Amino acid sequence: MLQTIKRDWFSNIRGDLLAGLVVALALIPEAIAFSILADVDPKVGLYASFCIAVIIAFVGGRTGMISAATGAMALLMVTLVKEHGLQYLLAATVLTGILQIAAGYLRLDGLMRFVSRSVVTGFVNALAILIFMAQVPELIDVTWHVYLVAAVGLAIIYLFPLIPVVGKVIPSPLICIVGLTIAVVALGWEIPNVGSKGELPDTLPIFLWPDVPLNLETLIIIFPTSAALAVVGLLESLMTAGIVDDLTDTPSNKNRECKGQGIANIGAGLMGGMAGCAMIGQSVINVKSGGRGRLSTFIAGVVLIVLVVFLDEWISLIPMAALVAVMVMVSIGTFSWSSIKDMKQHPMSTNLVMVTTVVVVVFTHNLAIGVFVGVLMAALFFANKISRFMVIKRKSEQDTSSRYYEVVGQVFFASSEKFIGAFDFKEAIEEVTIDLTHAHFWDISAVGALDSVVIKFRREGTHVNVVGLNEASKTVVDKFSIYDKPEEVEKLMSGH
Amino acid sequence: MKNIIACIDGSAMSASVCDAAAWASNKLDAPLSLLHVLEKTVSPENENLSGSIGLGAREALLEQLTELDEKRSRIALEHGKHMLEDARQRAVEQGVNDVFMQQRHGSLLESLTELESDMRLLVLGRLGEDHDVSAHTIGSQLESVIRAMHVPILVAVGEFKAPKNYMIAYDGSDTANKAIDRVAASPLLKGLEGHIVMVGDDNDKNNQILNQATDILKKHGHNAQSALVEGEVIEVLKAYRHKVGIEMMIMGAYGHSRVRQFFLGSNTQTMISNSNIPLILLR
Repeated sequence: MLQTIKRDWFSNIRGDLLAGLVVALALIPEAIAFSILADVDPKVGLYASFCIAVIIAFVGGRTGMISAATGAMALLMVTLVKEHGLQYLLAATVLTGILQIAAGYLRLDGLMRFVSRSVVTGFVNALAILIFMAQVPELIDVTWHVYLVAAVGLAIIYLFPLIPVVGKVIPSPLICIVGLTIAVVALGWEIPNVGSKGELPDTLPIFLWPDVPLNLETLIIIFPTSAALAVVGLLESLMTAGIVDDLTDTPSNKNRECKGQGIANIGAGLMGGMAGCAMIGQSVINVKSGGRGRLSTFIAGVVLIVLVVFLDEWISLIPMAALVAVMVMVSIGTFSWSSIKDMKQHPMSTNLVMVTTVVVVVFTHNLAIGVFVGVLMAALFFANKISRFMVIKRKSEQDTSSRYYEVVGQVFFASSEKFIGAFDFKEAIEEVTIDLTHAHFWDISAVGALDSVVIKFRREGTHVNVVGLNEASKTVVDKFSIYDKPEEVEKLMSGH
Repeated sequence: MKNIIACIDGSAMSASVCDAAAWASNKLDAPLSLLHVLEKTVSPENENLSGSIGLGAREALLEQLTELDEKRSRIALEHGKHMLEDARQRAVEQGVNDVFMQQRHGSLLESLTELESDMRLLVLGRLGEDHDVSAHTIGSQLESVIRAMHVPILVAVGEFKAPKNYMIAYDGSDTANKAIDRVAASPLLKGLEGHIVMVGDDNDKNNQILNQATDILKKHGHNAQSALVEGEVIEVLKAYRHKVGIEMMIMGAYGHSRVRQFFLGSNTQTMISNSNIPLILLR
């Protein structure tokens, strides 16, 4: 126990401290930008980022992962905030947390295995596109000053790290924001800044019960949003956890992460923050900066709130265009560039799943729907692929009055039609033998298809012998536990 | 056949662990398996604090980190092989015929738990490679390993030489009786001079249970004698050890919960850290 705490928290103090600082600086613009995206005051996102980061540092299941207010979640809140206001959002955030804890106890994290790699890639790409699109309103209907500031900002972010030594020590987004704020104030340009977007925090967050009536009506209003938030939050967190697992070559406890995020969201909701989840871009920045332990997440949250509370007047002067530059970087960094390159080599169905996921998300602004469609398509493609693994051999024997059919492969809903079609009912014969010894019946559709084949033959006056039905239909049952042993599986999948 | 597993790392204790394991292997006539666990260290190098991520940042970072780990692991693997080879030669020189070497990735505790089913005796050093040899502390992993394992554990302390006698700390508890039974049944300590020492008041009850325990050992052909002494447990045991010149200590380990240990301290821990002679812990 003590050893685990030591390992999770204090095994990499220097790296975690530095990475936590870098992440905190990168979190501030994001939290502000996502608050604006959700149409709430910047302080809601900043409080959320602080609460979530600090709480998840203790209760999360993936060390070295950064959680805070995110774009994916912010997009789902827009309607609720517009129609019912901030207090309902806070209530929805608390409910989201409760749902996520429930998901943790129901072990729903195991469902992640049904989310295929192409859906994950689609999710990540869609997220990047959504973050990018959210910046577009800041660039419409503005003077040339804004474009210039954004362009200079991007140049600083990408070119500054190329400077030897200094570039690797000072975070370039920080240079971009500080430099541009000073420049814009000095030049006296009147362009939109953070202060014009709403209130910034001037104190630490305080405990506040959301000001909503506790009745069924409220529940009906917030539940759909909370459910979507819970699903998207867990999806993004579990995907990010997988990415961090890969990057650091260490395991994580996905179940603990579900519950931890639930606790973090309840905490955020009660402290006046919006719901959040893990952030792919920030987690990559954290790992890249040398963060590995819980300490870096904790430091990120604490530094964020300290900076914001003490520097609130300065932060309100940050031009929006500088934030846009940072967010464009985050969206570019999140996008999976290799998924475009790999499209040439990957099978068409995989690409289709990925692109469909992206398109659905971009249109609905709801990552949950996109993932659902993606998973469904991947499942259908898989069923279709497996249904091809069935052949029916028609053996002609010397004796013309009888016929022998041998079925090899997988018979289930997707291949049952092909199964029926393979028999020749027009043939006038006395006896037919259907050998199922090398076939596997996976569901009731397969059994039904066999029934209809037998009935059709009988109606033609043909006598039907079915061989090996018992073995073939063993796979219909849902009690997989019996077949969990390797030798049983081998017996089942071999030609009996 | 069940193995004797000796945990070898880069620490100064490794030679002593190897000697102790070779002694036990000869005594028990069991194969000796030398284990080196490659633990992953978390100290990222080449940190980049630029905080910017460009196109393909994730893929590039994965590639970079993998390369780094690959280099490190190769070196660690190679280094471990040499250490194991040295230890093997040392064991062979001492007349052990069956010596295996194995290397595993992961944490020490994890690896030992996996190997526990073929383990007869586990040999560990009191301190690992992260510590200074002279320190009177116990290694960072020792307690959790002792708590997790169910096989007897030989903790090597200082330079190892084959013991001529041993001492069992006896308190009449179930754990202690089980320890007596196991010592009696094992060939490891046969032929050595045994001292069963009980700390307590000199009354009939204590004398009776102590005699029972001594009889069990005698019945199995051990050369055993008993002593009942009064005083504070650790101090008295220490004094007895010095007086008689005991060369190996046998004891039950961590009979109490962690909570109790937190408030009262643990006899086991104190015994291990104060000891100048090897200990066998029976769980």
